[in-house]
Amino acid sequence: MWIEANIALKFLRQGRIQTALILVGVAVGVAVIVFVVALINSLQGNIIERTLGTQSHIRVQPPEEVNLRPAAPAGTVELLNEDKRPQRLRSINNWLEVQAALDGLPGLKAVSPMASGPGFARRGEVLRSVSLMGIDAARYERIIPIRDEIVEGEFRVGAGDAVIGRQLASELGLRPGNKLRLEAGQGRDAIVNVAGIFELGVRELDARFVYLDLTQAQALLGLPGGVTQIDVTALDIFAADASALRIARLSGLKAESWMETNAQLMNALSSQSISTNIISLMVALSVAFGIASVLAVSVTQRTREIGILRAIGTTRRQMLGVFLLQGGLVGLLGSAIGAFAAYALVWLFNTVGPGLFYIPIGPVLIPASMALATVTGVLSAMAPAWRASRLDPVVAIRYV
Amino acid sequence: MSDGVLRLEGLRKSYNVGLPTEVEVLHGIDLQVGRHDFAALIGPSGSGKSTLLNVIGLLDTPTQGELFLLDRPTSAMDDDERTALRGSSIGFVFQFHHLIQAFTALENVLLPLMVSRGKPDAETTDRGRELLKAVGLEAFAGKRPNELSGGQQQRVAIARALITRPSLLLADEPTGNLDTHTAAETFALFRKFNEQFGCAVLVVTHDPRLSDSCDRTINLVDGVIVSDRAR
Repeated sequence: MWIEANIALKFLRQGRIQTALILVGVAVGVAVIVFVVALINSLQGNIIERTLGTQSHIRVQPPEEVNLRPAAPAGTVELLNEDKRPQRLRSINNWLEVQAALDGLPGLKAVSPMASGPGFARRGEVLRSVSLMGIDAARYERIIPIRDEIVEGEFRVGAGDAVIGRQLASELGLRPGNKLRLEAGQGRDAIVNVAGIFELGVRELDARFVYLDLTQAQALLGLPGGVTQIDVTALDIFAADASALRIARLSGLKAESWMETNAQLMNALSSQSISTNIISLMVALSVAFGIASVLAVSVTQRTREIGILRAIGTTRRQMLGVFLLQGGLVGLLGSAIGAFAAYALVWLFNTVGPGLFYIPIGPVLIPASMALATVTGVLSAMAPAWRASRLDPVVAIRYV
Repeated sequence: MSDGVLRLEGLRKSYNVGLPTEVEVLHGIDLQVGRHDFAALIGPSGSGKSTLLNVIGLLDTPTQGELFLLDRPTSAMDDDERTALRGSSIGFVFQFHHLIQAFTALENVLLPLMVSRGKPDAETTDRGRELLKAVGLEAFAGKRPNELSGGQQQRVAIARALITRPSLLLADEPTGNLDTHTAAETFALFRKFNEQFGCAVLVVTHDPRLSDSCDRTINLVDGVIVSDRAR
């Protein structure tokens, strides 16, 4: 191995301009791949963070109600005209047990029960439709850190307190300390104290979400002791669909992951990933062909030297190694330069760029791309190296 | 046959075997070369000298017949075995000195050993330096081939051919590219190593002055040895 590496290095050093050119080629390719991948990853991370900043990863709800009907006796033709049932507000059966089971399930970060339903917020003459959300504050905060989004007052949903969105507050002219009347239909209503005002940054949510104490919401919605859903956060957001499936199987409840409810977003993200991969693949391919062609030229230029090396006892395998190593070295060195360039590009983007978002470079991206470039180098060297190892020394020595 | 380095028995070589253009270049060569031989292989252009030298040097394989190198039959060997045997027991000197440009003179000399044994140890390096000294180039050890004259390059190539202490030194028109004076000097080196190391020397040459100074002259015409006489 020593002699192969020695010859490979000396050949590379001797072919200065060729080596420099192909190093630049590899470097540019790797820089583009690293930069684009980092950019897209960060962009996607940003979008996902924004989406999931206001919703749980998995929502567990009671199964939908369906019509039950007796099976028709055998041999009868059945004509059916069935109306779907309206979905009542229902509690999850034995939700405390379900919650305990979910608490013990691996792969999940937080589990939070909620009793939620439609209602109206009234102040004087003004009526707004809202979403009444009864929560266990400590648990819910681990799903959506609502405390960080408070703009006025404080996050407190104890007895008689409510936290409302900024949009609703301004529509109803409310400030922390004001009273608000909440109505849930069928004569159930309550007067609550506005303890805090939050701003999630999504207009619709800021206009509709009213956070209450769980017990108070249960009373308002006519679900004493019940909850309508359990919110779950997964440790790995992209494993949410798998976790949801498991929860559904385990509990017999309906469990929907954010990936299902945001199918369009997922679709957009995965198309983006596919296009990033295609770009990376194309760049990698052109780099590979670059390395292959430079080495092919080198084999031709060195035909006579290859012949001499063979004559003085270099085996075919060693000859193969010399050129494979050249490919690997070019890939490794070029990608090191390229990684450095990508770092510089990202730094530039982060410091003097448009400042829309920050691009982090993960710890894996650079070593992974360098390893990939090295392997690509070796693979693209295969054809020229094979040719070098198969040269007939008799012919090669006389080659001019 | 303990004194023999090389033995050829009914050796034939054809090109384009199986094609309509098939042509036989060597027509049954029988030849023995002893341990201390200093022989010239002469003959007109196209007589098959280079082909014979390539076959003897295990760079090419005979179509028929057998070639024994150090009493070992070689026709059944695969490429790796032939490469190993070639590397360890044959030294080559070519007409166009053929050094590897990326290596220094000393590294070129050491190359055959580096290829077979890896990184040279101090003893090996010393042997390389001694050989460079023997060809009068100890001061040029660190120079690249393109910094040396043609004669100097050829002397480096001779040192390289001898680094493995080969049993057989093959030279193909080693002085064809050198002026008369340098040619004589180079040839003197062959003679010196033939006597000093006891390695058989077989030189292909056109130059009658060189062939006349050899102990034995083998004359090849149209692929047949027409005469083989000692001086």
